[in-house]
Amino acid sequence: MSNLIEIRWHGRGGQGAKTASLLLADAAFNTGKYIQGFPEYGPERMGAPITAYNRISDEPITIHSNIYEPDYVVVVDDTLLNSVPVTAGLKEEGAIVINTTKSPEYLKEKLNGYKGRIYAIDAKKVSEETLGKYFPNTPMLAAIVKVTGIMDENLFIEDMKSSFKHKFAKKPEVIEGNMKALELALKEVKQIQ
Amino acid sequence: MSIRERLSGNEATAIAMKQINPDVVAAFPITPSTEIPQYFSTFVSNGEVDTEFVAVESEHSAMSATIGAEAAGARAMTATSANGLSLMWEMIYIASSLRLPIVMALVNRAVSGPLNIHNDHSDAMGVRDAGWIMLFSENNQEAYDNMLMAHKIAENKNVLLPLMVCQDGFITSHSIENIQLETDEEVKKFIGEYHPEHYLLNDKEPIAVGPLDLQSFLFEHKAGQAEAMKNAKQVIKEVSEEFEKWTGRKYGFFEEYMLDDAEIAIVCMNSTAGTTKAVINKLRENGIKAGLLKIRMFRPFPVDEVAEALSHLKAVAILDKADSLNGAGGALFEDVTSAMYVNKKQVPMVNYVYGIGGRDTTEAQIESVYSDLQKIAETGNIENPYRYLGLRKERN
Repeated sequence: MSNLIEIRWHGRGGQGAKTASLLLADAAFNTGKYIQGFPEYGPERMGAPITAYNRISDEPITIHSNIYEPDYVVVVDDTLLNSVPVTAGLKEEGAIVINTTKSPEYLKEKLNGYKGRIYAIDAKKVSEETLGKYFPNTPMLAAIVKVTGIMDENLFIEDMKSSFKHKFAKKPEVIEGNMKALELALKEVKQIQ
Repeated sequence: MSIRERLSGNEATAIAMKQINPDVVAAFPITPSTEIPQYFSTFVSNGEVDTEFVAVESEHSAMSATIGAEAAGARAMTATSANGLSLMWEMIYIASSLRLPIVMALVNRAVSGPLNIHNDHSDAMGVRDAGWIMLFSENNQEAYDNMLMAHKIAENKNVLLPLMVCQDGFITSHSIENIQLETDEEVKKFIGEYHPEHYLLNDKEPIAVGPLDLQSFLFEHKAGQAEAMKNAKQVIKEVSEEFEKWTGRKYGFFEEYMLDDAEIAIVCMNSTAGTTKAVINKLRENGIKAGLLKIRMFRPFPVDEVAEALSHLKAVAILDKADSLNGAGGALFEDVTSAMYVNKKQVPMVNYVYGIGGRDTTEAQIESVYSDLQKIAETGNIENPYRYLGLRKERN
């Protein structure tokens, strides 16, 4: 299965990493892919580290285990860099995307010499500018779509518009903000050198 | 015309139940099956089904209410996991001995204790001798498909036994994956209406259900249950063939993956079979003749067919996701080795107890089993037939 892409999400309970992984699965599904989206369930508490996973492929996926050698890693909360080995098993030809405002030097030190691409985005700023509140998962979803290139960005935006209409049927006032968050995040995610 | 969707295993099961639209659902929430009655109760509230939903106060009552409804002449369903099934225990045997074709979704989880909410098969293995038909499902698709076939099997007049559809808790129950759904109309047409021959609410034929049954006849009634279980094999075969004609999706008593020309093979159930297939694909690229036999129909157990399918192999590993704690191997190992013995087939076989309490089953673990099997195939030497897979070296 050479076209299989495996993604691991690190976040904290309450930040929406699980929801983001399911939305990514949805978006990829809508472009015709085979998908898996699943969290690693533990004792779930607000603020505790959580992990979620995606597999995306052009062919049916039969593996049913956690992901140990991901192509991509998304870190929704940079305080996890101090406690979770986020680059464990991460492929060097892959990439890591971090929600952070920390310096490139700091990030490189925390990533234990990871040799692949490192991307950063200030998801707090994006979220607060567009939603007026801190929900990092929407910007991080756009960031990983941009970094992986698993789908056309315009298709992704169109698809998310209909997803949000469904997801936020009872609070349509947040749809516009979330769409802006996606669009801004696509621009804001930057590779660090 | 199938519908392309993406759903978790629990969602797929709840949608199958919506399409079945049973007369009664009685359930009590327990992780990881909670979502099934949760979604289903939404269908009830929204008027998408006309089912009587009974929000009981315990699993014992869930199974009791389901039994009462089914005995009255209704089509009744429930869902549970682990300790929920344990609390049903008394009524599980009553359901099968009354020959009530109840259908249950069992989302497999470790039975306490200590408390664990994650997947293994200890709940299912606890009721393997209770007289229920047991179908296992690798993924959301199979959980859905097995549920669509369940009533036609259970309600067949040569069977009349309760049936449970098993899937792995969290691993498939909470994983979103692609799935093909069938339309409501087609499902309805396939399943048909339920017209029991004998039922309590038939005022033209007053009957007693579950009276005292002592030395004179209990033995004969048990033999009747056993006979029905044997009959179920043929019915499962026929319903699966009819299902294949309708959907194109083929189901047997078990699935053979790359088994025909294999020299070494794994026997397992549920989601691990999918991971094993991925490992086989890799091994085959390196010229290693690895195969898989995935049990779908665990009860009744396809004794002769399993023995025939494994007879050409040089070594076989049977993976049990529950420990029988008997010093003599897991339940599936005992069934498979017994099947081989009575069919006079001699193939070296080892047992691995694995994945207990949600311990993740990795491709590396499965590869290590095939590597062990290669050694056994070469030397014919098993040494220890009772092994662990994925057990920590340190115990605490």
